[in-house]
Amino acid sequence: MSRLDIIPAPTRPHDAEQLLRINAPLVAEWLTEFLRDEMVRRRGFHRAVVGLSGGVDSSVTAFLCARALGAENVWGIRMPYRTSSPESLEHAQLVIDQLGIHSRTIDITPAVDGYLQYEPDADGRRRGNVMARMRMIVLFDLSAKLNALPVGTGNKTERLFGYFTWHADDSPPINPLGDLFKTQVWQLARYLGVPEVIVSKPASADLIVGQTDEDDLGISYHLADQILYFLLKGYRVDQIEEMGYAREKVLLVKNRLESTHWKRHLPTTAMLSSTSINDYYLRPVDY
Amino acid sequence: MKIRVVAVQFKPRKGDVEHNLDRVAEILRQIVQEDVPADVVVFPETITSGYFLEGGVREAARTHEQILHGLMQRYLPFARREPLDVVLGFYELWRGKYYNSAAYLTLHNQPEQCQVLHTHRKFFLPTYGVFQEKRFVARGRNISVFPTRFGRATVLICEDVWHSITATIAALKGAEIFYVIAASPGRGFHGETVGNVEKWKQLLCNMAEEHGVWVVNASMVGFEGGKGFVGHSMVVNPFGQVVIAAPLIKEAIISATVDMEEIAIARANAPYLADLESGLADLLIEMEEIAAEQHREDSA
Repeated sequence: MSRLDIIPAPTRPHDAEQLLRINAPLVAEWLTEFLRDEMVRRRGFHRAVVGLSGGVDSSVTAFLCARALGAENVWGIRMPYRTSSPESLEHAQLVIDQLGIHSRTIDITPAVDGYLQYEPDADGRRRGNVMARMRMIVLFDLSAKLNALPVGTGNKTERLFGYFTWHADDSPPINPLGDLFKTQVWQLARYLGVPEVIVSKPASADLIVGQTDEDDLGISYHLADQILYFLLKGYRVDQIEEMGYAREKVLLVKNRLESTHWKRHLPTTAMLSSTSINDYYLRPVDY
Repeated sequence: MKIRVVAVQFKPRKGDVEHNLDRVAEILRQIVQEDVPADVVVFPETITSGYFLEGGVREAARTHEQILHGLMQRYLPFARREPLDVVLGFYELWRGKYYNSAAYLTLHNQPEQCQVLHTHRKFFLPTYGVFQEKRFVARGRNISVFPTRFGRATVLICEDVWHSITATIAALKGAEIFYVIAASPGRGFHGETVGNVEKWKQLLCNMAEEHGVWVVNASMVGFEGGKGFVGHSMVVNPFGQVVIAAPLIKEAIISATVDMEEIAIARANAPYLADLESGLADLLIEMEEIAAEQHREDSA
């Protein structure tokens, strides 16, 4: 009798790289429609203000806003602090020039230092939070001046890591990138034509000189996104380890995720009645 | 018999029933005035209010009589001579409970001849992930088939058709045309199109082919709180082929002529429904055994 060949299934049934791949043109079309619908139709705003850091998230957001609303309706706001990297400013300018959007540059140094002079011992984390909150003061004030809506730029990875300042970076009322992992934002950026120098540089919050996200987090975005993907799907640590990921990296991601749930919620309110808002009295944001 | 069907996808204004009924009427006016070939016009699930209402269901729900009356008042000024059937989804108040429902109405130029032919109350209420229906509406208890001017029809809503048994019951009860209305928030962006569009295509084509029936699907569009409804309404023939599909996420109207005689051709080539009928008694016994066993296990 002749022997039959056995055809085995792929050895890596969970190819995270493949699973995190996006159809960038389709995502771009979807997010453009999202911005038009949520800004113009639901909220009646025809203009957007975007804080441009020179990084990939805010660049992609500006590109999407220009697509959705027209470059003439988008304001890119650069808000450097005295320790910010000059490169950040230049990269933000590349986006402004390429898109032909309006721009403003507001140096937040006097405002930030005006407060910090009373707290000279504030460490880097506190200083960073003050800068992030000051930038939101500027963004929201300019939005009132321009009758424009501030558009958020936070991606899913940093939201899951709690790697942002609460009620600062996360405060704009709408956010097109919040359900895209960082590595997916990079894919979208390349499709949209964001300058390569912005896409390929190491991501940085630029709150402390020389800082990079990946050093801060202790893991590369590439790896973090894959682990997050499986954790969110509901896989246990040992299952993810079995797929070939180092246990200490999986635990690092899991701990970060599980210690920051509070950052993804509104403030906790004491419930005293059966009409408590968002517990019993439930109405959606656009109702 | 041929039925001229139209499926409409538009973005309703959240919670504003009067405005959305105006919009439905405006589209009917366009159809009448432009002499669009149309016997039945189908609108998506919860088109009178938008889908994600949470507790707002209490404010947006209407009785089916109110829906008929509201639409009739708007339709009469431009009514055409021949009747026009309309299928649409709405949050319903019925016998003191709220439902996610679909009404099949016949509009006429004589008010006394306008009527609700059938109301379907959604049987399977998705309550997982982004969906919370069981918190806010009650479940319908029937999969009904009803006679129309154009033969026997059924109306199903969204998750109703994610369970193949629902369509199977309607087919066994004799439905030859399925009106399937939906509001499906897009997710899954790695493939050629949005993941759930792909899934809907599969579901509707399989259903049409397995039972040899026509499927007319109207699917909502527009973003609600960041969740975008895909649209891509479709008409599928009894061979399981998409005859026409609307675009993704954009407002649109599609039309098609449904030839009911193709049902017999499809069923002769793929006689699955007849096979099912002949095996039905055995299947029923199997189902009863499963149900009895589940009951025993759960009470143990």
